[in-house]
Amino acid sequence: MNTPMSWIDIGHIDDIPLRGSRVVKTRAGCLAVFRTTEAQVFAVGNTCPHKGGPLSEGIVHGTSVTCPLHNMIFDLETGQAQGMDTGQIPTYPIRIEAGRLLLDAASVSSRSAA
Amino acid sequence: MQKLVIIGAGMASGRVLEHLRDTAPDAFDITVFNAEPRGNYNRIMLSPVLSGEKTYAEIITHDDTWYADNNVTCRFGEKVIAVDRDRRVVIGEKGEVPYDKLIFGTGSAPFIIPLPGHDKKGVVAYRDLEDTNAMVAAAAKPGARAVVIGGGLLGLEAAAGLRLRGMEVTVLHIATHLMERQLDEAAGYLLRRDLEKRGINVILQASTQEITGGDAAEAVHLADGTVLPCDIVVMAVGIRPAVQLARDCGLTCGRAIEVDAQMQTSDPDVYAVGECVEFNGNLFGLVAPLYDQAKVLAKTLLGQADAFKLRELSTKLKVTGCDLFSAGDFAGGDGREDIVFRDPGRGVYKRLVIEDDQLIGAVMYGDTGDANWFFGLIKDGTDISEMRDSLIFGPAFQGGAQADPMAAVAALPPEAEICGCNGVCKGAITAAIEGGATDLGAIRATTKASASCGTCTGLVEQVLSVTLGDDFVRPAAQPVCKCTDLTHEDVRRLIKSQELKSQPAVWQELGWKTPNGCHVCRPAINYYLLADWPLEYQDDLQSRFVNERNHANIQKDGTYSVMPRMWGGITTPDELRAIADAADKFKVPTVKVTGGQRIDLLGVKKEDLTDIWYDLNQAGMVSGHAYSKGLRTVKTCVGTDHCRFGTQDSTGLGIKLEKKLWGSWTPHKVKLGVSGCPRNCAEATCKDVGIICVDSGYQVSVAGAAGMDVKETERLHDARTEEEAIEWVAAFVQLYRENGKYLDRAYKWVAKVSLDWVKETLSDDATRAALNERFEISQSVYRKDPWADHNQTRAALYQPLADLTQEAAE
Ligand SMILES: Cc1cc2nc3c(=O)[nH]c(=O)nc-3n(C[C@H](O)[C@H](O)[C@H](O)COP(=O)(O)OP(=O)(O)OC[C@H]3O[C@@H](n4cnc5c(N)ncnc54)[C@H](O)[C@@H]3O)c2cc1C
Ligand code: SF4
Ligand code: FES
Repeated sequence: MNTPMSWIDIGHIDDIPLRGSRVVKTRAGCLAVFRTTEAQVFAVGNTCPHKGGPLSEGIVHGTSVTCPLHNMIFDLETGQAQGMDTGQIPTYPIRIEAGRLLLDAASVSSRSAA
Repeated sequence: MQKLVIIGAGMASGRVLEHLRDTAPDAFDITVFNAEPRGNYNRIMLSPVLSGEKTYAEIITHDDTWYADNNVTCRFGEKVIAVDRDRRVVIGEKGEVPYDKLIFGTGSAPFIIPLPGHDKKGVVAYRDLEDTNAMVAAAAKPGARAVVIGGGLLGLEAAAGLRLRGMEVTVLHIATHLMERQLDEAAGYLLRRDLEKRGINVILQASTQEITGGDAAEAVHLADGTVLPCDIVVMAVGIRPAVQLARDCGLTCGRAIEVDAQMQTSDPDVYAVGECVEFNGNLFGLVAPLYDQAKVLAKTLLGQADAFKLRELSTKLKVTGCDLFSAGDFAGGDGREDIVFRDPGRGVYKRLVIEDDQLIGAVMYGDTGDANWFFGLIKDGTDISEMRDSLIFGPAFQGGAQADPMAAVAALPPEAEICGCNGVCKGAITAAIEGGATDLGAIRATTKASASCGTCTGLVEQVLSVTLGDDFVRPAAQPVCKCTDLTHEDVRRLIKSQELKSQPAVWQELGWKTPNGCHVCRPAINYYLLADWPLEYQDDLQSRFVNERNHANIQKDGTYSVMPRMWGGITTPDELRAIADAADKFKVPTVKVTGGQRIDLLGVKKEDLTDIWYDLNQAGMVSGHAYSKGLRTVKTCVGTDHCRFGTQDSTGLGIKLEKKLWGSWTPHKVKLGVSGCPRNCAEATCKDVGIICVDSGYQVSVAGAAGMDVKETERLHDARTEEEAIEWVAAFVQLYRENGKYLDRAYKWVAKVSLDWVKETLSDDATRAALNERFEISQSVYRKDPWADHNQTRAALYQPLADLTQEAAE
């Protein structure tokens, strides 16, 4: 099934510190939008599947984030836990256009943000 | 003969002319307009003209004879002001020319930031010969100064050229590293280092505010108050496709003139080529794809089939001595593997990005000899699985060499200081080894290196190993993390002796194996840098654990605890009322009195943090740093003020100590206690620093613990006066700050370096004074309330980026 994309402007890339993250509230829960390099962003669920740690508060390195509560590491592109851990966080389409961050709202409302 | 009119004699249209001449010299009657008062020249070679390495005559691609020989009518120095597509005429400043076929080759215009003062004389862009000549003229004045706004390709070539002409040059760049679109941080760091070596001043994250002066520009002002006097300002912040003319005559334009793969615009008789083109949403800024376009367009004009295709691009910088290369996609990501190679000695950095057994991106600095080979692998999508392990060593490589884990130490110059205590440099150690010392003991005996606190032992062993090769077996040491083979102690020592003042500098010079560290090393390196270079290094909050980044302790449910400072455990009814009000207002579920003599408000939402801090700030309270690897509390008893046993004013001393030490960052948390007599009601003898007041003065003891380990403090010094006690405490804390391993509590650190060494070091008056001075320098930056600071500078970051809960469901 192909849900049509509906891009919503959620802010400017410079609203997120380099190697930092900001939260986007949705009806289905909070998303975390990460900025891994000057011009690379990822949107994932904010909640760690281990014990619910807020991933947006983790340390960002490469294209991964380390959960601030117990150091599980997630790949931001696939949402997969890395190393010995297992777990998965949802990922959402996001793109940058002239510095604006566009999030695919359809995917957010169609999936639950865990 | 068909009439072909070309607007713009640029790099792209020049190629079209050449193809037509080569394949069908008599097909068209050609007229070329050019706004610049000259014909085609090699624009990209303006940089060597600017630097003086070439003359303008050498970069002309088509001269008057060429146009004459090929029957091209030149309307140079004449701008086209309109195109009338109904009448099929091009209207130049000096008259009309009819066309059968028309080509737009108008290129781009430099973007000028509309800063106040941008229109003053002496503010130039970098696009054409006029700009170049203006810069050359400005450089003729002895001692002239230039400010270049923009640290991309053009800006840096301008800066390097002006510098070669003897100007004093400052580059202002908005991002956190140079050429951020082509380079990653590590390469950006090396580039900056090389530019600075040749005398170019680089300011990153610079936000330019205005250009001041009379008629002519005299100074550039930055948002942080910096004023840079200058004789010329070069703006090189980007380009915009020149499309106004096309848009005015009704051609379909997006960000540029839209063309199909045959370079045809929305009008079948009108074509476009070069930077003024938009193809499938893509814009262009480098010549390689423009040459492809030119070839396709020439064929299209002659009725031959061809189609323009996008291809991978690579970037080089035309600054002699700054060898860099970047190509493809080097963003890293899922299923992508990074291969990083650093050779600190030669200033080399290479990073390859691999996905699905193919090389998809490469960045390299310092050694780009194999760049074309790598670029070929990227373009061809070659399967590299067979050569993956040795790929980074390039095509010439055979067999299985490994990156050398001791490269960082091998690369140190002889004057690099290895032992901080005794001031022993690498050269003295290698000399001792050559003189026959073959183990640690012999080095200690002959040079004293590693003979005092012992922190540099790992480095001395590496020097032994590098010098003696297999004859010395180096004991295994625990590296900081998987990003490096060096230990914490090695890294700390090298940060000092090599004067590494940024994280990218540490990663590069110490041969980090990852692009930007991990959650283990980043907080440690951040701490070491801010402790060693308080004035030069800027604390990086993104390298801190959540508690220190948000200045509040995260709880397991994601809420935070807020704890204001209570100096020496003393509070007032007003403060208590303010705390109670805040607890009510923000519906704080739990209010707890802590063991550190203060009140903790637990369960505050992140969005409320800045507001609750504001309220507490209004009541005169500041952050208690209850979350930091830094000074926590100074626990006191009531002392002589109220207790019949009290010998000194323990509360007063506690408050003085807390006011001196608060805000400072340390390897791990630091807690103090001051008791008014040996009955020790403040439990001072299990703190990191404990003071027991006695009739004769103050017993200062250190290295206690009351956590996983319980340990009594050990006596450091008996002070006669309060001032003396404070001076010793501050010196001890600073010594720990400068030497401790990140996450070692003071007692662990003292056990490693020995209390005797600490005592001996601190008993020297001059050393103690110097430690106090360095502590105060650091405190001039860090002795401030982070709550108030974050409310002023970062409040927005505590709120969600966006709230979509109100969005209508579709
Ligand atoms: C200093 C410098 C260094 C560079 N270095 C490199 C490099 O190393 N590698 C690389 O790949 N690229 C480099 N570039 C970029 C490269 O030069 C451009 O991509 C290329 O010149 C674009 O070609 P073009 O034909 O589209 O436009 P241009 O070469 O800009 O030509 C457009 C011409 O059209 C004229 N024109 C515009 N409007 C009108 C009008 N209305 N009437 C008449 N004439 C008009 C302009 O005056 C101009 O002469 C560099 C650019 C500069 C400025
Ligand atoms: S430590 Fe001594 S001075 Fe302080 S309260 Fe206890 S008994 Fe009194
Ligand atoms: S909650 Fe994320 S690792 Fe435990």
